[in-house]
Amino acid sequence: MISARNIEATSEPAWVRRIIIAVAIAFVGLFVVVPVAAVFGEALRAGLAAYGRAIVDPVALSAIKLTFVAAGIAVPLNVVFGIAASWAIARFKFPGRSVLITLIDLPLAVSPVIAGMVFVLLFGKQGLVGPWLSDHGIKVIFALPGIVLATTFVTFPFVARELIPLMEAQGAEEEEAAIVLGATGLQTFLRVTLPKIKWGLLYGIVLCTARAMGEFGAVSVVSGHIRGRTNTLPLHVEILYNEYEYQAAFAVASLLAILALASLVARRVIARRVETT
Amino acid sequence: MGYTLVYLSLLVLIPLATLVVMTARLSPGELWALAISERAMASYRVTFGASFIAALVNVVFGTLLAWALVRYRFVGRSLLDAIVDIPFALPTAVSGLALTAVLAPNGWIGRFLEPLGIKAVFTPLGITLALTFIGLPFVVRTVQPVLEELEPEIEEAAAVLGATRWQTLTRVIVPTMTPALLTGFALAFARAIGEYGSVVFISGNKQFETEITPLLIMTRLEQFDYAGATALGLVMLVVSFAMLLAINGLGAWARRRAGQT
Repeated sequence: MISARNIEATSEPAWVRRIIIAVAIAFVGLFVVVPVAAVFGEALRAGLAAYGRAIVDPVALSAIKLTFVAAGIAVPLNVVFGIAASWAIARFKFPGRSVLITLIDLPLAVSPVIAGMVFVLLFGKQGLVGPWLSDHGIKVIFALPGIVLATTFVTFPFVARELIPLMEAQGAEEEEAAIVLGATGLQTFLRVTLPKIKWGLLYGIVLCTARAMGEFGAVSVVSGHIRGRTNTLPLHVEILYNEYEYQAAFAVASLLAILALASLVARRVIARRVETT
Repeated sequence: MGYTLVYLSLLVLIPLATLVVMTARLSPGELWALAISERAMASYRVTFGASFIAALVNVVFGTLLAWALVRYRFVGRSLLDAIVDIPFALPTAVSGLALTAVLAPNGWIGRFLEPLGIKAVFTPLGITLALTFIGLPFVVRTVQPVLEELEPEIEEAAAVLGATRWQTLTRVIVPTMTPALLTGFALAFARAIGEYGSVVFISGNKQFETEITPLLIMTRLEQFDYAGATALGLVMLVVSFAMLLAINGLGAWARRRAGQT
């Protein structure tokens, strides 16, 4: 701490400091800590046995499975895209580069409901290509492909956004050296680029996975809420809530909350590694 | 390179083009009528009104929070810093459920509001509170780094030149922070207008009263009223783009400012 900061003229009196700290803690406590604690409180209200029953319920298990399947497809796709896009943006100047950057940010700017809506307009029953698809027996909306598409759409900025600034800051000298020394493109990527970006990449993957598993709005539009078939975990929470199965709804919600908290811890740990490397 | 473009067009450009095609099927008059129908207007009022108030609350408390995190050392500071990210990390459905549970008349916080005659669940107040919850990290994480960059020398200079602490705050610190505060506001607002998951649980979804625009879009789609959904979606998209431009503009302004000093 710089001692100058503690001089009266550049800091606040002790009582002002205490009030500010107290208000900050109270605000976060009431707004964030209490609701999160309430999820776990409500989930465990009827005891551990009821909690377990809500989670091993076949419909809940199929929702868990679908959530992992959707994330399992969307995240790898977005990792490949994120690396390719940030490599192109960081290494080359090309026409439309700034348009590309804006497009990458787009899913963060539009409402998840609109993200889902565009896919319904495209593939839905009265959508543009929907009738043609259904003639050929392909179901996109109210089926797994739609859920995967919506999930991929809302999560695709996360990896690219982490990697672009990182790769821009690192420059290309080491890759150039590798190529000059006779490495192939793949060797250069695996031995030089990947080790340099690995923590940033991992950070992006954590963000992307967390969002993919928790996405509600976009998936809700395209899923059709078919129990045990097209229900992801967040949708299952809503269905249970609407059916007044409160304790079960909170039990499933607590699973998602645990995932979210775990992703936060992972982010903190990785962020520390990014700073030190 | 090719992969990037193919992927992007499949995932973003084609769906967006769909929206344009769907719009083109409607005459401007029809589109306008759908976009300003009475129910749509009521939903805009709820959505934009609640988002505006929520973003404003977040600018006040978020800045205060960022100030405490950057300037003061106290027990639990790093924990508080970590907790700020929770609303961003928590799936929106969980946030909605959690807020509804605590604010319900028999909930942990609602039971204290009930005797005061304050009803949060199924009212615009509840919507505003949910939007405040999800917007908080955006303001804190925008303001925090700028506060960290603020050089104490400038404040010392102000103090040496005879300014009181209050004068330093209002004449030196606040003007320097203005771009960051506005950016934080814009980010929180932009996120709030599109928010769906955390609001549907607490809002009760009463037409003309607590029906937000994203929910109305959802309802239209469920009724296979694609034209109505398209019109509303277009309005939301235009506002989102305007916010995106405003945020980028604010960023450029902030960089110019930083360059000057």
